[in-house]
Amino acid sequence: MNLRSIVWKEMWERPTAMLTSVTAILLGVAALVAIRHVTVFSEREVAHQLETLGANILILPKAATLQDYYSADLNGQTLPEERVSQVLMASLPGVEKLSPKLCVPTQYDGKDVILTGILPQTEFQAKAAWQSVSMFSIKKHVGCTKVHSDSAEDASPEALATSRTIRELGDHEVVVGADTAARSELKTGSSLVLFGEKFRVVAVLPSTGTVDDGRIFAHLHTVQRCTKAGEVVSAIEVLGCCEDAAGDLVPQLSALLPDSKVVTVSQVVQTQVGINRLMARSSVFVLGVLVIVGGTTVASSISANVRERRREIGTLMALGAAPGLISRLFLLKAFWLGIAGGVGGCLIGIAAAVFLGPYWAGVSVAPLPLLALVAVAAALAVTLLAAYWPARRAARLDPCTCFQEV
Amino acid sequence: MFQLQNVSKTYTRRSSEVLALRTESLEIADGEYAAILGPSGSGKTTLLSILGGMLSPNSGSVSVDGISLYDMSPTRRAEFRRERMGFVFQTFNLVPYLTAQENVQIPLYLTGQSPAKQRARSGELLERMGLADRLDHKPSELSTGQQQRVALARTLANDPRIVLADEPTGNLDPDSRRIVLDFLDELHGEGRTIVMVTHDAVAAQRARTWLRLESGTVRQSADPSAKAA
Repeated sequence: MNLRSIVWKEMWERPTAMLTSVTAILLGVAALVAIRHVTVFSEREVAHQLETLGANILILPKAATLQDYYSADLNGQTLPEERVSQVLMASLPGVEKLSPKLCVPTQYDGKDVILTGILPQTEFQAKAAWQSVSMFSIKKHVGCTKVHSDSAEDASPEALATSRTIRELGDHEVVVGADTAARSELKTGSSLVLFGEKFRVVAVLPSTGTVDDGRIFAHLHTVQRCTKAGEVVSAIEVLGCCEDAAGDLVPQLSALLPDSKVVTVSQVVQTQVGINRLMARSSVFVLGVLVIVGGTTVASSISANVRERRREIGTLMALGAAPGLISRLFLLKAFWLGIAGGVGGCLIGIAAAVFLGPYWAGVSVAPLPLLALVAVAAALAVTLLAAYWPARRAARLDPCTCFQEV
Repeated sequence: MFQLQNVSKTYTRRSSEVLALRTESLEIADGEYAAILGPSGSGKTTLLSILGGMLSPNSGSVSVDGISLYDMSPTRRAEFRRERMGFVFQTFNLVPYLTAQENVQIPLYLTGQSPAKQRARSGELLERMGLADRLDHKPSELSTGQQQRVALARTLANDPRIVLADEPTGNLDPDSRRIVLDFLDELHGEGRTIVMVTHDAVAAQRARTWLRLESGTVRQSADPSAKAA
């Protein structure tokens, strides 16, 4: 027998009291861990979007609402396709590429997909009128060193996932998002039929974790024709050369297209930033709740335990237990409660974040071991601090209580 | 063995001071079997607690084999108790969530013995008490007589030179009382010092000297007719 076995057996003698304390700690830690996980991944998502798309601008129909850059073209509104020409003809400095899109929800293989019409970059060059403006490069943004240059990698259809544009795409060729390809077992070279027309898959995009994974990309004019949508687009993505250029471009584009909504990526992610701020504040609040509710519960539970066990403590002292050992008896109990609540709370919190993160904040969440360790350490600190005074009081009990009826 | 000089202990109750114990000089010799007698509230348990190093007197000195008990730190006094003293309680004071064997292991654990030695020694003591088949029983699964025998085994675990007993027969039926008193006789026969607080005339008869307490004042009595409370 040793101190650990004494503490362990005593805890199981009073399981209800133990469970109450563990539950209080566990709920606090679970909420804290879940919120922090979602916040961290949401912040990373915002940072990622700003890093990869920070220079990009969206031109949308005036009535469009948006919360996510990748699904901004899914608002059901349209713009005339001639807006693309207007932007090109204006030769605004800093514009690298344009990517007009038309999105039509439809079904393929019995499942929902988003058929997205895109205009390959070769189409721009083919248009004589557009060639006259020399494809965006005449008026380079002053001081910009990040001008995009086409590489061999950018030329592949798979580059659509990251570069947001495609160099070539035939009338009856499609590029398929990762989820759609997996669901319908499509691969490069497969054939599929949409709106009664046969298409060949020229590429399957790598998974991006965005709505793009559920899309089928086809030529813009093919989609317009098949869906009888007319010469319209859902959105025009303007790829700026750098974020500074994007900032200058917004007022110029707004002036050029007064009947459209012009937004930058940073404006799009403002909602997400707001959610992140709210969650960061919530995690501070939850930490406070953990300290107050968890700490109070543990302190009152250990205090009650000391009161209930006065005669036992007196007996142990009579048998030769030193005050330090009596203290450790209660601190070790608090340690186990903290570990149980901390580890249990971490597991529940991580599970909640992983499963609910996509619904709460639209982000995929993976476990963060360091955060979990910090949460367990916080739970331990709270329980040990809460148990310190009751344990000290126990050590100072009068050993004569062993002779009394308690 | 025990030497008490000018010891007094008072309690404060509702702003007034109550004398619990006063003695100018008291000695209990090594190997003695002493019974402390007196009516309820006369200070018997206070005297036992002071002898056990668990209650500091307000004045005077208490020494065991020439070592002043209350000049030691609480931790050192705890060590002294576990090395030299064993306690027998009226209500046995077994730890309810531990088995009979684990209860006997407590003093052995406190002296730092290994779990294997703890188990061997506790098993041997419980066998001596006729409880070899009750090692894994919790106190609630034992009769009162069996519980007191577990408590006696625990008292003996560290082979104490001094046994302090507080009403050891108070809660027992006649058969169990006889077993406990025989056991105390046996311990006395082994040369241990026994100090027993009791109201029980039969138990008091087994002692060799008697200390009578009245209103906190101790006097040694050699008169057998006055020994029972």
